[in-house]
Amino acid sequence: MEFVVFLIAGAIVVGGAIGVLAFANPVHAALSLVATLFGVAVLFVAQNAQFLAAVQVIVYAGAIVVLFLFVIMLLGVDRSDDLRVEPIVGQRPLALLAGVGVLAASLVAVLSAGGSTATRTVRSTAVAIPTEEPDVTSLGRLLFTDHVLALEITAILLTVAVVGAVVLARRPGRDEPSVEADVEAEA
Amino acid sequence: MFIAQTLPTVTSSWYLSLAALLFAIGAVGLLVRRNPLVMFMCVELMLNAVNLTFVAFARSMGDLGGQALVFFVMVVAAAEVVVGLAIMVALLRRRPDATTADDVAALRG
Repeated sequence: MEFVVFLIAGAIVVGGAIGVLAFANPVHAALSLVATLFGVAVLFVAQNAQFLAAVQVIVYAGAIVVLFLFVIMLLGVDRSDDLRVEPIVGQRPLALLAGVGVLAASLVAVLSAGGSTATRTVRSTAVAIPTEEPDVTSLGRLLFTDHVLALEITAILLTVAVVGAVVLARRPGRDEPSVEADVEAEA
Repeated sequence: MFIAQTLPTVTSSWYLSLAALLFAIGAVGLLVRRNPLVMFMCVELMLNAVNLTFVAFARSMGDLGGQALVFFVMVVAAAEVVVGLAIMVALLRRRPDATTADDVAALRG
C-alpha cells in the first residue's frame, strides 16, 4: 500500500519540481511549487510524520507560496521570462552536468549504503519514535525539553526577520532622509 | 490482500533517492533560471529535499530528533523567505527594470 502512495506522491513531487524549473511565468512556477510541497507532505504522512505534514501544508503551501504570489503580483513581475535566450554561453549544459553530477553522487551514496540496517548504530541520546501516542505529543515534548534553547532562538529569529522585512519593504516617511536620496546624492 | 503482497516494499532508500532527485532538480533550476523569485523557489525545493531526507532517516533509525530538526529547518526557511522577498521588494521599487539576477550589479567592484 505504501508503494502506491509513494508512486503517486513521488510523481507529483517530481512533476511539480520540473514545473518550477520549466515554467516561464513565475505565477505558474509558484503554483507548481504548491504541488511539490503537497507531495512532500503526503510523503511525510506515509512516514508517520503527521505533525510535520500539517506544518508543511500550513507554513509552506499556506504562507510561503502565498507570500511569493503576493510579491509577484504586487510588483507586477509576472511577465514571462524569455527562456530561449541563454544569458551566459554554455550555462545550461554546464548546469545540467552539475545537476546530473549531484544526483549521481547522492544516488551512489544512498544505494551503496542502502538496506544495511544492521550496521547502523543509534546514538545514545536518541529519542525513540513512540508507537502508542501520536507523534505530535512526543515531538512537542522533545521540542520543549531537549531543544528548548533552539526553540527560543527561533522565536528571536522570527522576530528579527519580521522587523527586518518591515524595515526593508516600507516606504520611507516624508521627513526622514531615504536611502534612495543618499545614493542619488552621491551619484 | 494478495495485491499488497506482490507490491515491493518501500524502504528508506527509495525516499532518499527521491530526495536526491528533488535536490538535483532544485540545483539545476537555481543555476539555470535568471528570475530571482524563481531562484528562491528552487532553493525551497532543495530545502524540501533535505527535509524529506531527515524524515526518512528519522524513521529508519527510530529517532525523533530528525523530525525536530525538520521543524527548525522549516522555521529558518520561513525567515529566509520573508527577508529575501523584502529585499526583492526594496530592490524592485528602486529599479523596476531589474527583473533578472544579472541586472543587479550595483555591488560589483
